Amino acid sequence: MSSLQSLDIAARSATTTPSPQVRKTPELAKLIDVSSCIGCKACQVACMQWNDLRDEVGDNIGTYDNPRDLTPESWTVMRFSEVETQTKDEGTRLEWLIRKDGCMHGEDPGCLKACPAPGAIVQYTNGIVDFISENCIGCGYCIKGCPFNIPRISPVDHKSYKCTLCSDRVGVGLEPACVKACPTGAIMFGSKSDMASWAGERIEDLKSRGFANAGLYDPPGVGGTHVMYVLHHADRPSLYAGLPDKPRISMFVEAWKGMFKPVALAGIAVAAVAGFLHWVVTGPNDVQPKDDAEAEHLRQKADDPT
Amino acid sequence: MTRSPDRLVRNSTTARLNHWLTGGCFVLLTLSGLAMFHPMLFFLSELFGGGQWMRAAHPWIGALLLLSYLGLIVQCWRDNLPSRDDIVWLGAINRVLANEEDGVPEVGRFNAGQKFVFWAMALLVPVLFVTGLVTWDVYFSPYTTIEQQRIAVLVHSLAALGAILVWILHVYAAIWVRGSVQAMTQGYVTRGWAWRHHRKWLRALTATGSSGPRPKA
Ligand code: HEM
Repeated sequence: MSSLQSLDIAARSATTTPSPQVRKTPELAKLIDVSSCIGCKACQVACMQWNDLRDEVGDNIGTYDNPRDLTPESWTVMRFSEVETQTKDEGTRLEWLIRKDGCMHGEDPGCLKACPAPGAIVQYTNGIVDFISENCIGCGYCIKGCPFNIPRISPVDHKSYKCTLCSDRVGVGLEPACVKACPTGAIMFGSKSDMASWAGERIEDLKSRGFANAGLYDPPGVGGTHVMYVLHHADRPSLYAGLPDKPRISMFVEAWKGMFKPVALAGIAVAAVAGFLHWVVTGPNDVQPKDDAEAEHLRQKADDPT
Repeated sequence: MTRSPDRLVRNSTTARLNHWLTGGCFVLLTLSGLAMFHPMLFFLSELFGGGQWMRAAHPWIGALLLLSYLGLIVQCWRDNLPSRDDIVWLGAINRVLANEEDGVPEVGRFNAGQKFVFWAMALLVPVLFVTGLVTWDVYFSPYTTIEQQRIAVLVHSLAALGAILVWILHVYAAIWVRGSVQAMTQGYVTRGWAWRHHRKWLRALTATGSSGPRPKA
């Protein structure tokens, strides 16, 4: 859908002019407390329901993950990991970690940086990163830009899809559908600072219960995110179904999208101008009568070798 | 064009058709590629019916370019093999650039500049093709990792920049050296043109009584 909040757009893909800045809004965030998630998938169902999405019914692959992965129709997926962790007093412990995966709504969104289509990806002033489907050309650059492997391109309509953080609900003062549906309060929504302080309380509680490394996942490598996790093992995010330990926009994407582009265009312009200047200074290289005469002479010699 | 018996065939009809197919593909690829390359050039996507059509068409045109350029390689590689003449000719490049043909060493069918364009494209077109396949999301994304795709798109845009620069050199040379465009449109050049720009080629044709493009065996 197209944007209803043009004043609230902080960044727009493939756009070289500044966004409107007169209006300031608070930064929002969703906080997912992995330690109070029971894996019920109410959030997945709520996401489907609010967004009117129906994925293909998948198959069982011996885990609770269903669907197996994010798809154009499934914008959030619970990922279940069985891991063994070391504790101080109880030796090894088997833990079942359940992480609700989906767009992290990073402050420095790799998808937006990589996108070549003007206005196909926007970031609102509240921090939500949204895909504006009508402008999407289906190139897949957002996939290359994303450090979290989130966007999925539909093979049917060649548009890219991901969690919108219910920008349509948030825009009218409602909380995202997954937050609304969560029965344990593991998903919270509010201003980013409120979410950080609420996370602080949860982390203290976890620490008092023996999770010495409990902490908040708000990775600085991407300028922080507007979807944050409380993790019992914040020292090892990758335990949670491969959540990146130190996410960053890939250096290949930075090199590709950085200074290279303006420099390349300038180089092309310089080459064209250099040609034109040569034309003006030296001019065309014309065949002279002397050349015709020499060529004729050569031919006569060949015809008549005597 | 009516051909005077005096003229030499510079490029066969097959070579000319093949050349313009290549050139047409290249121009379309440059326009559509640059539209995706920089936001300020995205308006070029309108030439292709909008962003979606452009994104879909670009790789197919690329595949055609590869085939077309392979055709040119098959037809032209022999006359583009490097030789000692190339070094001597490059040594006199200042005179060449100043249109002072006296004292410029004689060259065969192609000079070192033309050979450079030929081999640079012979390298860049396949590089663009391979990196393009890796970035061709619709059909080929399952076969590579995202990290490989990131590298591929970076290399693709670098190679495209190189190819565009080589192409500017190529086009300017054609405009600058009068008679070259006609050699690729109608196919003929005058003997005087050949004497001035490709004297060894002219000598070989004249000695064997050939009217081009290659000396009689
Ligand atoms: C030879 C076969 C080629 C193939 C298969 C190919 C394929 C691709 C693909 C798949 C993309 C991504 C966008 C899309 O899906 O359409 C792309 C982008 C691009 N292509 Fe090509 N291409 C080829 C040749 C060329 C040539 C000859 C040029 C120009 C000299 C070129 C210039 C570009 C540019 C500038 C981009 C945008 C890169 C960026 O966003 O930085 N391509 N190409």
